[in-house]
Amino acid sequence: MARNVSTRRKLLTTAAAWTIGILIFFPILWTFLTSFKTEAQAIASPPAFLFFDWTVQNYFEVQSRSDYFKHFMNSVVISFGSTLLGLMIAVPSAWAMAFAPTKRTKDVLMWMLSTKMMPPVGVLVPLYLMFRNTGLLDTRVGLVLVLMLINLPIIIWMLYTYFKEIPGEILEAARMDGASLAKEIIYVLTPMAIPGIASTFLLNIILAWNEAFWTLNLSAARAAPLTAFIASYSSPEGLFYAKLSAASTMAIAPILILGWFSQKQLVRGLTFGAVK
Amino acid sequence: MATLHTRSAARLMIAPSVLLLLAWMIVPLSMTIYFSLLRYNLLMPGMEEFAGLSNYTYFLTDPAFFQAIFNTLAIVLGVLFITVAGGIALALLLDQPMFGQGIVRILVIAPFLIMPTVAALVWKNMFMNPVNGLFAWLAKLVGLQPFDFLANAPLFSIILIVAWQWLPFATLILLTALQSLDEEQKEAAQMDGAGAWSRFIYLVLPHLSRAITVVILIQTIFLLSVFAEILVTTNGGPGTQSTNLTFLVYAQALLQFDVGGASAGGIIAVILANIVAIFLMRMIGKTLEA
Repeated sequence: MARNVSTRRKLLTTAAAWTIGILIFFPILWTFLTSFKTEAQAIASPPAFLFFDWTVQNYFEVQSRSDYFKHFMNSVVISFGSTLLGLMIAVPSAWAMAFAPTKRTKDVLMWMLSTKMMPPVGVLVPLYLMFRNTGLLDTRVGLVLVLMLINLPIIIWMLYTYFKEIPGEILEAARMDGASLAKEIIYVLTPMAIPGIASTFLLNIILAWNEAFWTLNLSAARAAPLTAFIASYSSPEGLFYAKLSAASTMAIAPILILGWFSQKQLVRGLTFGAVK
Repeated sequence: MATLHTRSAARLMIAPSVLLLLAWMIVPLSMTIYFSLLRYNLLMPGMEEFAGLSNYTYFLTDPAFFQAIFNTLAIVLGVLFITVAGGIALALLLDQPMFGQGIVRILVIAPFLIMPTVAALVWKNMFMNPVNGLFAWLAKLVGLQPFDFLANAPLFSIILIVAWQWLPFATLILLTALQSLDEEQKEAAQMDGAGAWSRFIYLVLPHLSRAITVVILIQTIFLLSVFAEILVTTNGGPGTQSTNLTFLVYAQALLQFDVGGASAGGIIAVILANIVAIFLMRMIGKTLEA
């Protein structure tokens, strides 16, 4: 039965929710607007909200001065590389745990989750030294490996909860019809598993793109992804608000769009399937 | 037979991830333990020598260490408080019928998708800056003296920034949980004469308990290791006023090149995280079974 709600109450809720929503979103909106101002307008008092001379100059300057595109490509390679590598390792594992569980499966899963509890500083020093000695410091390969490892437990957990939902009877039915194991996997399981794999993929791109401990500590000029690129604006360049805003907008836009499309999967993935 | 065959195949499929995670856990961690027992500074290569527990005593007697522990806990608890309380309130609001719910949802989620360095720098410069920031302008507008947030209340400011990033996460998860609450149950309670408040206490809150547990667990994992937000805003300062354990170890290792001392700090951070984790794993173990 539908709830009976008076129009007045609905209007009030709408007003309250929109106000709070806009307040929470405001810093992002403000960054976006500021990126189109001149530096003088960006610090003008009183601040200009919409009525200023819009310019795209900042975007060109960020590119020509600090080579935004190079860092963007680093982010793309690192986040896609670590996610794809992680999926290659995790899919078989999650698959086996979901379809051939043993008594210890639950323990193995909990143990994997517990590796996430290790604070990164606990292994910062040896990792830094290992990377320095093997020439992995400030390389994309090194960051791909580290980000793959820190996200592997999340990838496995997420895939496991998706695979768990594929009904076992379907497999039995296929077997009864005389399907071989290979056929079972290709024609029956894969189509059912693809949405889960896709969601896992999306969430991990987001996590890897925004990861800001290892990327800041293990990269410098060559392999720095956008997280580290923006950090270089901390001072004194950060006082050039318009350029900071342009760089920030370009750093967050791809993930913001990706994230908005995958809200549902976000909840599920981040809670290890506990909240759907 | 087939089952035996499947079982060994399954083992083979699980092996790579187990071995990788095991190596990831054990190799660097045992190296950290080993380094923590050495006097080892990168500026003095070849001078490594066994130092017993002196790195630990150095760390445990350093006033900065206690400040860092306090700050670490303050960040975790402060952010948890704001995000869980705010998240429940926001989720309840967003669950009501309204116009444009989808758009509001999108607006509210956005901060979670912003990379930490961007979030921190935008707040630091464009909002909290005492000269050109928006807050300074607002203060002047109502006749107040602009407040230098990051200089005078560094820890509080960092908690605010981090809470802004995590509020969407709590809201989103609690809202999802709220939407799975049976509409008929609410109506039944209403018909039985339960007011809005007692419906919240006896019906909604128990229903949300699992989601709240999950929010606390996951946020704690990440909040114990807040780093980028501190690095780009206060650099741990002024003094050590906004240094947490993660930042302290980072400074010891990569700014002072004291491998031994930093490793001891790292081990202490691991122990602290484990104490917290034991509590949390019990909690989540119970809720996830259900």
